[in-house]
Amino acid sequence: MVDLMGIINLNEAEEYLGELSHYRSLAAVPFAGRYRLIDFVLSGMVNSEVSNVGIFIQHKYRSLVDHLRSGKDWDLARKRDGLFVLPPAYTKIPMQVHRGDVENLYSNLDYIHQSRQEYVVITGANIVSNLDYKAVLDFHKSVGADITALYTKANCGTHDCVRSNILEVDPDGKVARIKEFEDSGGYQNMSMEMFIMKKSLLIELVNNSNAYGEHDFIKHCIIKNVSRLRVYGYHHQGYVARISSLQSYFQHSMELLNPHIWKELFFKSGLIYTKVKDEAPAKFMQESEVSNSLIASGCYIEGKVENSILFRGVKVHKGAYIKNSIIMQNGNIASGVVLENVICDKDVYITANKQLKGEYNYPLVIKKGRVI
Amino acid sequence: MHKKKCVAMLLAGGQGSRLGILTQKVAKPAVPFGGKYRIIDFPLSNCNNSGIDTVGVLTQYKPLALNSYIGIGSAWDLDRMNGGVYVLPPFVKEQGGEWYKGTADAICQNNNFIDRFNPETVLILSGDHIYKMDYSLMLDYHQKHEADATIAVIEVPWKEANRFGIMNTDKGHRVIEFEEKPTEPKSNLASMGIYIFNWSILKKYLLADEKNVTSTHDFGHDIIPKMLNDKCNLTAYSFKGYWKDVGTVESYWQANMDLLGEESELNMYDSKWRIYSANPPRPPHYTSVTAKVKNSIIAEGCLIFGEVENSILFRDAYVGQGASVKNSIIMSGVHIEDNVVIDKAIIGRKTVLKQGTVVAAKSLKGYREIVVLDADMIIPPHTIIEESISCSPAEDDFCKREE
Repeated sequence: MVDLMGIINLNEAEEYLGELSHYRSLAAVPFAGRYRLIDFVLSGMVNSEVSNVGIFIQHKYRSLVDHLRSGKDWDLARKRDGLFVLPPAYTKIPMQVHRGDVENLYSNLDYIHQSRQEYVVITGANIVSNLDYKAVLDFHKSVGADITALYTKANCGTHDCVRSNILEVDPDGKVARIKEFEDSGGYQNMSMEMFIMKKSLLIELVNNSNAYGEHDFIKHCIIKNVSRLRVYGYHHQGYVARISSLQSYFQHSMELLNPHIWKELFFKSGLIYTKVKDEAPAKFMQESEVSNSLIASGCYIEGKVENSILFRGVKVHKGAYIKNSIIMQNGNIASGVVLENVICDKDVYITANKQLKGEYNYPLVIKKGRVI
Repeated sequence: MHKKKCVAMLLAGGQGSRLGILTQKVAKPAVPFGGKYRIIDFPLSNCNNSGIDTVGVLTQYKPLALNSYIGIGSAWDLDRMNGGVYVLPPFVKEQGGEWYKGTADAICQNNNFIDRFNPETVLILSGDHIYKMDYSLMLDYHQKHEADATIAVIEVPWKEANRFGIMNTDKGHRVIEFEEKPTEPKSNLASMGIYIFNWSILKKYLLADEKNVTSTHDFGHDIIPKMLNDKCNLTAYSFKGYWKDVGTVESYWQANMDLLGEESELNMYDSKWRIYSANPPRPPHYTSVTAKVKNSIIAEGCLIFGEVENSILFRDAYVGQGASVKNSIIMSGVHIEDNVVIDKAIIGRKTVLKQGTVVAAKSLKGYREIVVLDADMIIPPHTIIEESISCSPAEDDFCKREE
């Protein structure tokens, strides 16, 4: 048992993913053939023996609550600790619009107080990686940091760094400054917006910010205090996908077609859990032609699939051709259809012989439940 | 304890010795099937889908894998406050204990378990068959005919009727005669080994049978003939649909192959009648540019670089470049290296086939035997395998040593 609790703080701006996050929070956006984005941080925590996880949610949480339910699929339906879904509590700030995540943390301080762990990891849900939080906690303790900020090095010339915070790290590992990304290219230390600290410090930071009417956790609780506190950077070397736009969503999805990345993300430091669906294994028919693709269970394939990701229960009929596309759960692609650079949200039905094309840099998104 | 209308008793203690290597380490109901399942998933899922929430599973032979698989029954939604799944092994009593001597004896020894729920009827199932069946319809039928016992039957081809227990019925579906493997069958209605009994009547017969020293304590052999003799009201419930006994390696292989193709009679993709199973978390499988997959079933977590045709791959299987897997069943975690050729084989879990190995029996007049390889073996490069290999009792060179 590790002395660490997890807080998943869903404050990412949901318009980032356009139509994919129109009806759901970013955390609940489907990813990698069978998962939702939140599965990756949640599974990482569970695999690191974190058994107390609070999910601070703000808007559009129906889809997320439906996904998480009791937390059983992540082994988080426990008598002691387990999964806590925490929407804004209106008892402390009666009936007013929340201005930011600090107010949400503040109104749920009871939960944080009552948790028995000494340390807390606080993170968003748009980082896809397979992380060992125990190693980060060990690092945090060994350098005697007040706050440990996780970061990854990325080439901002080719990588999508927009909307990212950049860490300036001294040679001894101490963070000198956290600033917003400016378009300067080259390798930069991208913040993963994940922080480890003592629970008592988190409570202090939230109380202070709230007292001054400040409401942005990263800006006001972390960045503002970098010079005052001992903040250390922890360089995570493994695979990280940062989902901050439709383009990065599409690009990182396609990266999973590299078996090395597939193995690292799904097997290296523990398995990724998700809501169980009891689908039968995928079935390939005599005419099927599948290359360089990820196929989830419950799929039924008669047509041609190339460089694509098929979620659970997708049907591809004879003569259909799916290229560079993502088809989410229960998609039904009729015969003769041609799709290229298309993202079909859940339950989409493309009727016979339709041809739909997007651009690699601007995939065409078909809304949930649409019949075309 | 709440009274239950019907309690199901699933006979899962059989060894299934005709399955050979497949049942050397596990009981027959725990044998993997169809890329994801185990045989017992079928009766347990049928129970859940039919609204039967209380199931006793009678285990005896090598129960470890089966017990840990069943757990508290959550995979089939049978972890219930009131009812649920119960694993019932043989147990010791004041005057010593005994193994289950037969199917009827197994139920009889657990009569106090059934009495706890005080059910009107008891549904007897076996863990030997692949089928989807709504037991609630059979229960309705049983009640409508005011039967003492109802036996599910299926029409089998006349020429095969001599391999089954055959029910001879009158026009009103009342069973008038039961013949075990008759040389000259009078009917082609074969018993499916699925019975519904009124519990008060069955209990009386079981207790009487227990005292009969000449009895083999078997439902088909002793209880049913005795009830017929006593002019009890036994009806035959005719089932139409896919039903396959997987008692031999040949029929097991065939039942797996039956899942393939467009005309598959057993629809595994029907969301209204799901077959539930444990769902270990695995990512979607990856099919590479060099892969060719035709008419196959591939489970999650597989990595495919080679050719797969008419085959079933369980989770985490790896098929290397230039490898060819045809007409085969590949269990979970099997590692098939580059340029391996496999035709009509069953490869046990986690077995490693090093590159260039060939696994296929010699073809005789166009017919190939099925080659079965045990689990946890390491086959060195360029080995030619034409016969089944078992790792117990005799240690073969290919069997992994303690590492």
